[in-house]
Amino acid sequence: MQEKQADLHIHTCLSPCGDWDMSPKNIVQKSCEKGLDIIAVCDHNSVENAGAVIKAGREHGICVFPGMEICSKEEVHILAVFNTLEQGLIMQEYVYAHLPGQNKPDYFGYQVIVDENDMVIGENPRLLIGATTLGLKDIVKKTKAIGGLSIAAHVDRKGFGLISQLGFIPPDLALDAVEVSWRISLKNAAKNIPGIGNLPCITSSDAHFPDDIGKASTRFIIDLPDIQEISFALQNINKRKIKV
Amino acid sequence: MIVRELADKLGLEAVAGKQGMEKKITGGYSGDLLSDVMGKAPEGCIWLTVQGHQNVIAIAVLKEMAAIVLTGDHEPDEDTIEKANQENIPLLLYPESAFVLAGRIYESGIGKTG
Repeated sequence: MQEKQADLHIHTCLSPCGDWDMSPKNIVQKSCEKGLDIIAVCDHNSVENAGAVIKAGREHGICVFPGMEICSKEEVHILAVFNTLEQGLIMQEYVYAHLPGQNKPDYFGYQVIVDENDMVIGENPRLLIGATTLGLKDIVKKTKAIGGLSIAAHVDRKGFGLISQLGFIPPDLALDAVEVSWRISLKNAAKNIPGIGNLPCITSSDAHFPDDIGKASTRFIIDLPDIQEISFALQNINKRKIKV
Repeated sequence: MIVRELADKLGLEAVAGKQGMEKKITGGYSGDLLSDVMGKAPEGCIWLTVQGHQNVIAIAVLKEMAAIVLTGDHEPDEDTIEKANQENIPLLLYPESAFVLAGRIYESGIGKTG
């Protein structure tokens, strides 16, 4: 068993609100500096830069999960994190089919698609900052069917958080975990936000700028860096756990 | 005024919780951020929102609301309808915006203090 430091919520330059410097090489370099072993790329409603970061991460021994920060029709942000890019792409297809609107870069920011060498290869025209027409339950169900983890993002925040939008966490929502922002320590999370209940809790940076990477991270005691092991750690089974 | 009277007057379509249509409306609230509604909506109010998530019913029960109206052509989730029926919370639909409906409700005398 090993201790792995994970930041499971990092944006790239594809996110309209993400800095241009959030390129695959920069993200990987910064993650190394911060001592992270595992990261997840979670851009808004898209997985298009995850492949490049996965490749960039390989050279430096950083495990990169492809993910997405999906906006539900209730305007709740929810992370969907997968093992393989193929899984991420299946989810992306589902999300794109339910994501209306075109981006206006002057208002919302540029959505830059890059390769593993930080070369710009395109721009995403979709309104990635917008909300999908998918209900929370649909998103969680689909994520599970593909084999990913559903994590309610920044539940301590007043904007786009599950608790602020819906008042409380629906008891029948099959979440794998909730995430709190860097503003709250993992140790105090459940005490400060009683709405979390008994759900497993992680913390991550939600980094939009290189310096924010690793600002908050979660320590997992696992055997290998993969989604199955993370899932065991969240459930506290097979000796896998979150180290608080 | 009771929910049935207001619904008839303003053409609100009841899709669930019809057992609760005799409840008296004593005020109003409008909002889509459920944590805000949970904190601020007055007891006995009619609540205007676009949120069709099942949590709206739990909040209506908690705040002892008279009814919920989904405005702007928004539709309730299936489990929202189910829960509204279980809890006898009238769930009404209105095609135009909350702004328009709030004005019409206010005109009808609900919420006017003086």
